[in-house]
Amino acid sequence: MTEVSVAKEDVAATGELVVLKSVNKHFGALHVLQDIDLTIARGEVVVVIGPSGSGKSTLCRTINRLETIDSGSIAIDGKPLPAEGRELARLRADVGMVFQSFNLFAHKTVLENVMLGQIKVRKKDKSAAEERARALLDRVGVAAQAEKYPAQLSGGQQQRVAIARALAMEPKVMLFDEPTSALDPEMINEVLEVMQQLARDGMTMIVVTHEMGFARSAANRVVFMADGRIVEEAAPDQFFSNPRSDRAKDFLSKILHH
Amino acid sequence: MFDFLSDYDILGAFWTTVQLALLSAVGSLIWGTLLAAMRVGPVPLMRGFGTAYVNLVRNIPLTVIILFTSLGLYQALSINLGADRSDTANFRLAVLGLIVYTSAFVCEALRSGINTVPVGQAEAARAIGLSFSQVLRLVVLPQAFRSAVGPLTNVLIALTKNTTVAAAIGVAEAALLMKEMIENEAQLLLISAIFAFGFVCLTLPTGLILGWVGKKVAVKR
Repeated sequence: MTEVSVAKEDVAATGELVVLKSVNKHFGALHVLQDIDLTIARGEVVVVIGPSGSGKSTLCRTINRLETIDSGSIAIDGKPLPAEGRELARLRADVGMVFQSFNLFAHKTVLENVMLGQIKVRKKDKSAAEERARALLDRVGVAAQAEKYPAQLSGGQQQRVAIARALAMEPKVMLFDEPTSALDPEMINEVLEVMQQLARDGMTMIVVTHEMGFARSAANRVVFMADGRIVEEAAPDQFFSNPRSDRAKDFLSKILHH
Repeated sequence: MFDFLSDYDILGAFWTTVQLALLSAVGSLIWGTLLAAMRVGPVPLMRGFGTAYVNLVRNIPLTVIILFTSLGLYQALSINLGADRSDTANFRLAVLGLIVYTSAFVCEALRSGINTVPVGQAEAARAIGLSFSQVLRLVVLPQAFRSAVGPLTNVLIALTKNTTVAAAIGVAEAALLMKEMIENEAQLLLISAIFAFGFVCLTLPTGLILGWVGKKVAVKR
């Protein structure tokens, strides 16, 4: 696979890239996010785990405002999230997002999927966009599928295209919302390998996942959520071998030992 | 028994019908798409306007709308849409009335098409930084149109037949000629059959061709 620069140069600089301060959100009567404080540094890989319904996907989606918040503040690269409109669109272009259900544009080919944002948002010319798209598709190992439509690809291939589509925008941070949860077991690794490579290349990543192996090997920090709260934050080694909270011990005992 | 037919310009009348249908189809496709965009858009005022328009217009009989364009706009308010002759004016007013009416149905057919596009498609489009109008133009509407080909075909067929209402304000299309011929000749069944056949010739191929197109462009998920 060829090397393609995926991150802006300033990623190397240190500092806080994503800052959430006492974020609250309700779905009706349900308090899904309760006083969330979370800071993610440049180049850091943070894995968010927790039981279903703990609010981890919602948390991920608030960071590019696919979900609005009721109170608190979210800032990316020092700038608070703007309200709906042009400013928000510009910010979203800097925040890559990978969804559980891939969400590739069904009426466009794989290549067009990766080119669309470059041309319409980044205003690149077509040949430059295509060149970068092909390089990224090669990097995630689906270059041979460039002319096909998403429905003709396997789930693992679709998700790798979705990662390429997000990388094409040269994002400052990548959000992964359960990227492997909709995949057949045999396809999970091909996606995780791409994500591991990305982590090694220094991309700032926020990953909501149930893949504990990925959390152990790629994360700088594990954030454990339950019932809308961040219950525990720790380095992966420490979290998996010696969790402090009872809630985390209970969760890990249910998923790790069998 | 068919001799009398050569006294009438049946093809010319159907040509007017075709012109009415095509111009109204293009106009209502454009206006209906804008209405649909308003109805799914983020601006409450536009959403309200779109909803009110559709619910008002689709519940008014077409005859009332067409008569209003002639009696209300043309005769009372002297709006002639740039026509210097009254038959041209009536034709244009009829097209206007048909567009006003049909666009409400186009809007709803499209909106049902938009509802078949999974929410994730729009979310992914927003997530790469596309603006609302780009999300609609580049991702949602192209997919919505493809799944709305079936319902839109129904609207087009209904529109083609609805052009007969233009006879009410004297537009020389097929139904007006039919009425005249039935009055003049003692051939009620034959004349009715000829015009019925004429309309089937217009609408049946439309349905077949667009049915094929709909299958061809369908989005695979």
